[in-house]
Amino acid sequence: MSEALHYHFDVDGANFSNAGRASVETKKLLRQIGVPAETIRRIAVAMYEGEINMVIHAHGGDADVYITEDKILIQLRDEGPGIRSVEEAMKEGFSTAPENIRALGFGAGMGLPNMKRYSDDMHIDTKVGVGTTIELWYNL
Amino acid sequence: MLTVEKLIEKLKLDVIELPDPGREITGGYAGDLLSWVMGRAQEGDAWVTIMTNMNVAAVAQLTDVACVVFAEGVVPDKEAVLKARQHGINLVGSRKGVFELCGEIKDSMLSAAEAGGEYEEAEV
Repeated sequence: MSEALHYHFDVDGANFSNAGRASVETKKLLRQIGVPAETIRRIAVAMYEGEINMVIHAHGGDADVYITEDKILIQLRDEGPGIRSVEEAMKEGFSTAPENIRALGFGAGMGLPNMKRYSDDMHIDTKVGVGTTIELWYNL
Repeated sequence: MLTVEKLIEKLKLDVIELPDPGREITGGYAGDLLSWVMGRAQEGDAWVTIMTNMNVAAVAQLTDVACVVFAEGVVPDKEAVLKARQHGINLVGSRKGVFELCGEIKDSMLSAAEAGGEYEEAEV
């Protein structure tokens, strides 16, 4: 994707209250570019779930947005603990989030399922003890 | 058409932040698990919740709901109010329960739709 527009965001892992900054900024950018509203909504929701995951599990990470004429790629990269079982993590309701996170309204085990639901294609590359990279693809 | 302003008047809601009073309410959603809400709330919904932390403002912004209705007399955190102000999100509150509020919002939408229909007929 050499001719892609590229935007980079740091996802701050120390500050739960900042979670969502990258997805909110991305939403604004995509609006300016004129991406269809429903696509923007799907991207924003999936990306926010990814950000929350990075804050809860991985002390933050990087979010990159690539836009070409016909595709958008959201790449979320962290150096967290990795996902032990992607198959289990993909089940709605499965969560390893601690109790204090649940009190904030998260940790319902909807993160990865929502990301899949709100993307056209999703790839998870994860290694326990090394980190996780998730790619969310959208067709324009 | 039911606007946030009209809903406040009808249901005697408390105004917490009202940057966009003329925003139309086209549906409703109730829930506190934010991931669940994000996946299911629709643009233009009145979202009824008892969750009060600042992530509520982020979810409201990402889902494009028309307003957040805090039920049971709960009060949003300062950070949530601040974020709502920055991003133009309507926040209202009520002492009523979630069930009662949802019923009243639905009734308000129906009567506004009926009134709207009569108005259109009168114009023709």
